[in-house]
Amino acid sequence: MIPELGHYALMLALGLALVQGTMPIVGTRSNDLALMNMAAPAALAQFAFVALAFGALAYSYVTSDFSVLNVYENSNSHMPLIYRFASVWGNHEGSMMLWVSILTFFGALVALFGTNLPLALKANALAVQAWIAAAFHLFILITSNPFLRIPQAPPEGQDLNPILQDPGLAFHPPMLYLGYVGFSIAFSFAIAALIEGRIDAAWARFVRPWVLVAWMCLTVGIAGGSYWAYYELGWGGFWFWDPVENASLMPWLAGTALLHSAVVMEKRGALKVWTILLAILAFSLSLIGTFLVRSGVLTSVHAFATDPARGVFILAILIVFIGGALALYAWRAPLLKQGGLFAPISREGALVFNNLFLTTACATVLVGTLYPLALQALTGDKISVGPPFFDATFGPLFIPLMLAMPFGPLLGWKRGDIFGAAQRLLVAAMLAGLGIAAAFALEHGGPVLAPFGVGVAIFVMVGAVIDIAERTLIMRVPFRATLQRARGLPRSAWGTAFAHFGIGMTLLGIVSVTAWGTERIVEVKPGDTLEVSHYRVSFIGLFDRPGPNYHDLVGRFSIHRASGEYLGNMEPSRRTFAARNEATTEAALMTRGFSQLYLSLGDPGKDGSAAVRLYYKPLVLMIWLGAAFMFVGGGLSLSDRRLRVGAPRPAKGKLAAAVQPAE
Amino acid sequence: MTRKQRRLLLIGSGLGVLAIAVALMLNAFRDSIVFFNSPSDVVARHVGPGTRIRLGGLVKDGSLVRGNNLVVRFEVTDGKAELPVTYQGVLPDLFREGQGVVAEGALNSSGVFAADTILAKHDETYMPKEVADALKKSGHWKDDYAKQASGGK
Repeated sequence: MIPELGHYALMLALGLALVQGTMPIVGTRSNDLALMNMAAPAALAQFAFVALAFGALAYSYVTSDFSVLNVYENSNSHMPLIYRFASVWGNHEGSMMLWVSILTFFGALVALFGTNLPLALKANALAVQAWIAAAFHLFILITSNPFLRIPQAPPEGQDLNPILQDPGLAFHPPMLYLGYVGFSIAFSFAIAALIEGRIDAAWARFVRPWVLVAWMCLTVGIAGGSYWAYYELGWGGFWFWDPVENASLMPWLAGTALLHSAVVMEKRGALKVWTILLAILAFSLSLIGTFLVRSGVLTSVHAFATDPARGVFILAILIVFIGGALALYAWRAPLLKQGGLFAPISREGALVFNNLFLTTACATVLVGTLYPLALQALTGDKISVGPPFFDATFGPLFIPLMLAMPFGPLLGWKRGDIFGAAQRLLVAAMLAGLGIAAAFALEHGGPVLAPFGVGVAIFVMVGAVIDIAERTLIMRVPFRATLQRARGLPRSAWGTAFAHFGIGMTLLGIVSVTAWGTERIVEVKPGDTLEVSHYRVSFIGLFDRPGPNYHDLVGRFSIHRASGEYLGNMEPSRRTFAARNEATTEAALMTRGFSQLYLSLGDPGKDGSAAVRLYYKPLVLMIWLGAAFMFVGGGLSLSDRRLRVGAPRPAKGKLAAAVQPAE
Repeated sequence: MTRKQRRLLLIGSGLGVLAIAVALMLNAFRDSIVFFNSPSDVVARHVGPGTRIRLGGLVKDGSLVRGNNLVVRFEVTDGKAELPVTYQGVLPDLFREGQGVVAEGALNSSGVFAADTILAKHDETYMPKEVADALKKSGHWKDDYAKQASGGK
């Protein structure tokens, strides 16, 4: 009964999406207020029905209703509640349900909180949003229905893929989808602006908070996925340049560019046409990401069971939406009034520089990801494009971006003083130089370029601090005045500083782990001791430990400092899941400051010995902590008063301020 | 600067960055592309020692030999040809005889494939796409693989 209810609700949602996708547009054409006003209630109702459908599926999972095929295939009644719930999106059908749920959720948010939007813009944007939703509702109903029943319900489910039975599953996909799908708002607004043939600085002000929310979610979604892969896959890598990772990185790069170009548009009325294009591209790349993951065209750790019909359907969605949007752009963009040009050395100029490098870096990732597909289609040769390609292309493009980053916030709008900025960054450059020297002195081995990477990271981090120090006149005015200035600074300035500092941290972590991380892969017998960095790792032995729906073979290790001080035990394990007879590696981590010791257990040998991988990961936590800083920076920027106040009608702004989303 | 100069500078720097990116990519494509081969491809294409490739196929039943210091030897087959592979390290969780595998490395001078990376999928019902295609090509594709590959549906 409940699954049928969900199925029915989804069909109703499709109907509502079709209404929402047509009536408001007719309304804007014929200037019919009633039709335009239909958009918001339709969006809310659509979300309600999709939420109902999602709830029905989640209910089937939580109550382990194995008469539902999707539940039978991906769940097991012995799993803890959180995994039974999270396994809703641990498979293709359910993850698409999550996708549309978030899509309609965002639509509902626009309907609720977009009270200060011009009515026609809101109506058109919600209509575009409904087209996307309708396409995905159809996709689910036709090719990926999660509500299918099995005539005779099996007593027990087949269990969730063991690799997914991890708290990461509860967090990573929803955050990632919030990011992917969040860009749909910017996309819808861009299409709406193109339909109207009119765009102004206020448009950027409406769209920027949505882009910020999406960007924040995508940032932590990617970082969370990276940390999950790091501890779950058992070989300590945090980024593999896997096609699916690239698929999430590309919208992030385009979204970061969009975030910055929208600032120029809002402040200076320039880069309008470019910003519209970026809004289209960011969501198009999100769609391509969905396509790459779901169609199974690429071999990847993320590929769920594949079905050609789905691939063709998603390809059709891609062609219609991306092709259609770009065609509309080519047709209508010339109608939009161009903004003014500006001096190259200025805040605007710096942001253009940022956009130039971000989009180019994004393009290299796109080429590297799709080239194997293209080559196979053209010549039949199968190739893999791995980390060396991306290191050689993405890396060099990111260095100028990093070096320029601290300059941006220090340059004035319209006309900047690059020598002044350089003077103020002198301290950062000196500290970076010290960092390089220290890295050369303290670390041996590793690539020669690595200390310079440390230097760049320090330059970026100190640069972010200097930006705030300059604005608060620290050390130059009495401390209390500095505090007062700090409080008076726009939140977006703090946001910029936090996010930029975070980038520096991430870079420092990546450089440090890549260059100076150590690895030992050996076979150990009980009593053996390994040394890594300044730690001694002794193998005690293997033990058995039962779990709810699995069985652990645990290796126990004791960790000492080289000086002999005891630090604790580490217990990596091999986890065997009975329902599928599959094993996963559960790594053990010991955190020392920002660095980690990493142990994972390989095959047990005869006579109680075991193969182990032991890694020392210096400053590895910086990678994800940096992402957390970026998230906080985004949040600070989101809470900026400027973004909360409706541009054209300040009087109504106070009302809008009280109900702004995602705070 | 006049308006025209500014616009030229903007377009020029855009094209400049793009040109650098294209140069970087072409360079990287020359050095860092790895071709996928089945054991019969290795024979047919005369892949020489030292050329980095990905080798895909099934781990031949009964061919896995574990040596000291985590050295393993096994044979990869596509039904037509076989190739011995050596690897030192910990094999992935789902590495099994009779299952699909992708090994990355190069042939050494004695004709043994020295792998430095072994990929096996995290899902038992999975067959690496390249391996499935290679098996189909060599006529050793069995229907039960197909059933497995589509997740038993």
